[in-house]
Amino acid sequence: MGKAAITRRSLLAAAGLGGLSLIACGGSRGSGKAGSGGRKVAMVTNVGGINDQGFCQLSWDGLKRLRDEKGYDVSYIESKLDSDYATNIDKAIDYGAEYVWSIGFAMADAAAFEAKINPDVNVKFGIVDANTSGAASLTGVLFKAQEPSFVVGYIAGRTTKKDRVGFVGGIASDNIYAFEFGYMAGVDYAAKELGKRIEVERQYAESFNDNAKGKSIAQKMYSGGADIVFHAAGSVGIGVIEAAEESGNFAIGVDMDQSYLSPTSVLTSAVKRVDQALFDLTPKLLDGEIAGGTDIILGLADGDYLGIPEHHEHIDDKVYQDALAVIEKIKAKEIEPPATEEAYSAFTKSIGIV
Amino acid sequence: MSGLVKFLRRPIASTLVAVLVGLLIAILLVLVTGYDPLQTVATLVHGVFGSPKYITNVIIKATPILLTGVAVSFAFRTGLFNIGAEGQYILGTIVATIVGVSVNLPAVLQIPLVVLSGALGGALLGALIGFLKARLGIHEVITSIMTNWIMLYLCNFVVSSEAFHNPNSNTAYPINPSGYTMILPQWKVSDEGIEYLLQHPWLRDVLLKTDLNVGFLVAVFVAIVVGILLKRTKLGYQLRAVGLNKDAARFSGIAVERSVVLCMLISGGICGLAGALNITGINPHTLSTLVAQEGYGFNGLSVAFIAGCSTVGCIPSSLFFSALMYGGMTVQQVVGVPSEIINIMIGIIVFFTAIPSMAPWIADAIERRRSRENKNLAQETKGEEA
Repeated sequence: MGKAAITRRSLLAAAGLGGLSLIACGGSRGSGKAGSGGRKVAMVTNVGGINDQGFCQLSWDGLKRLRDEKGYDVSYIESKLDSDYATNIDKAIDYGAEYVWSIGFAMADAAAFEAKINPDVNVKFGIVDANTSGAASLTGVLFKAQEPSFVVGYIAGRTTKKDRVGFVGGIASDNIYAFEFGYMAGVDYAAKELGKRIEVERQYAESFNDNAKGKSIAQKMYSGGADIVFHAAGSVGIGVIEAAEESGNFAIGVDMDQSYLSPTSVLTSAVKRVDQALFDLTPKLLDGEIAGGTDIILGLADGDYLGIPEHHEHIDDKVYQDALAVIEKIKAKEIEPPATEEAYSAFTKSIGIV
Repeated sequence: MSGLVKFLRRPIASTLVAVLVGLLIAILLVLVTGYDPLQTVATLVHGVFGSPKYITNVIIKATPILLTGVAVSFAFRTGLFNIGAEGQYILGTIVATIVGVSVNLPAVLQIPLVVLSGALGGALLGALIGFLKARLGIHEVITSIMTNWIMLYLCNFVVSSEAFHNPNSNTAYPINPSGYTMILPQWKVSDEGIEYLLQHPWLRDVLLKTDLNVGFLVAVFVAIVVGILLKRTKLGYQLRAVGLNKDAARFSGIAVERSVVLCMLISGGICGLAGALNITGINPHTLSTLVAQEGYGFNGLSVAFIAGCSTVGCIPSSLFFSALMYGGMTVQQVVGVPSEIINIMIGIIVFFTAIPSMAPWIADAIERRRSRENKNLAQETKGEEA
């Protein structure tokens, strides 16, 4: 008797479990991957990960749009460590991806290496924010970050009441110098228009992730008399924006419209639409419409990749219209925002500030 | 049935039961989040065993956590909780990088120099923690957690210092190639090497597509040596005696303070060795700016506990751990299951291995039930007889 009872009980339990799994399976069937069977495109993130509130997240948004609008089969791999880059790109190739994007300049060496050792596989590579280094199957996508930085610098220069603004950089590199010197030139351009001098205080956080450090740097800038701080520092900037909110000053966001982080304190953002770039470029690179193997450098004039958000509740409308005029001038090459220190000093000389 | 009960009473059974429970809960989670569990498991297995290069990568990734696992097990067996494995690992990478960048000798001298200096770095940090405990009575958990963060920021300091910062990157300069411990490091990336390997796909997979290096052999050797040291030597006996009962050990003439420092020195040295071998053995051969702890030390804790703090047991345990982590990334890419589920699974396994009496408890339950059944059966037969 006892034995029979146990068997019955375990049978019931097994049936219950089975039922549960059936229900769950039924649920999953509907949410099957959209667009599987389409062209396979993969991306490998840097160590920032897929939810970095910036670069990688934007790139993934671009690929998701390819999936939703064009039926591509897209996937991503998150790198946990720098040593994962090459193996993760390799995994993407194994997965059968026809195009593999590497996100961020930290991955430049790994992407170049994988392009070099896979000449026999039908796959092309792209890297965002880094040069190609010569491999024929690797395309670099770079942005003229100095251009939107110039525009937000101009807005900052026109908006500041204390004639003192700040800049917080991530880790010093040519990429970030473009933001820094473009911004400074924009501030100078506004100061020239207004016939006054505006100080730009600059500091690097030596990190792209240390929120607390970004916050303390920005706090120092605000208490030192700056009223607007622009950051080009990944999630360090989240701390900058917090400091702006707490001290009642303004911060300027980067990469995407960051006003969602603090609607009251984000003046504007230097937008760099990696998502749009990947959405537009991937099909062209896949089909050979763009040959690849070289660098694609995107500026304000090249399409909807750079700029500032349309909403401008904290900016004087006149200033906003003038900023749009500045954008047109940059497109027409009447203004050429500097990306390096040398170009910056040449620029200040050309507009008559020493 | 009695075979099962006997098996459940053996120490390894607790680990296996924990692993099984962890897997089951993870599969349930996969179900609940709406993915196909069969596909998930198949992908996981494929992601680990699907290609020679995957297996190689699992071994490469097991190397540092095997060493930190051995270090933690060793300290644990001698009564110390070395939660500072992470910091000692980082110091190992820092010292190895500084030496590897600054010195450029022929490989036969360079490799031992870089590796041993890294190990020495970790050893000294461990010894400091041991000294603070032995002399000043500061608990090693507190000092070692603090040194973890000090080492993290020291690493970032070195990366951003003028002498070592690699321009336009978030890394320091890579060490000189004479310090590389991969198999044929120069040849395989040369033009002839690549050309040759393109003709031999299997070799290319293993050599070119991974950073196959000698680290794992070193790590296995260390695990065995430390195991012998603990079990078969006088020193090991003393260290274990201190771990079991400090006062009794002191009473029987063992220098307890010295033993605490020595133990942390060895444990830290093994962690430093792990760091140094990662610098010499895998790309990018240098430090990068750390945002958070990379987890080599903390994963070492998990490896040690899954192995029941047996140093030799750390060998399979580290491979298992590494396979889950590496295969988990494939699962995330192919099936779309968030890699966090793999982390939850590992967490559950560690959680259950922390209950050492679980398997014996199951054995007891089975026996109780059986004796009850026997009684019932006996009563029934008695009833029938009557």
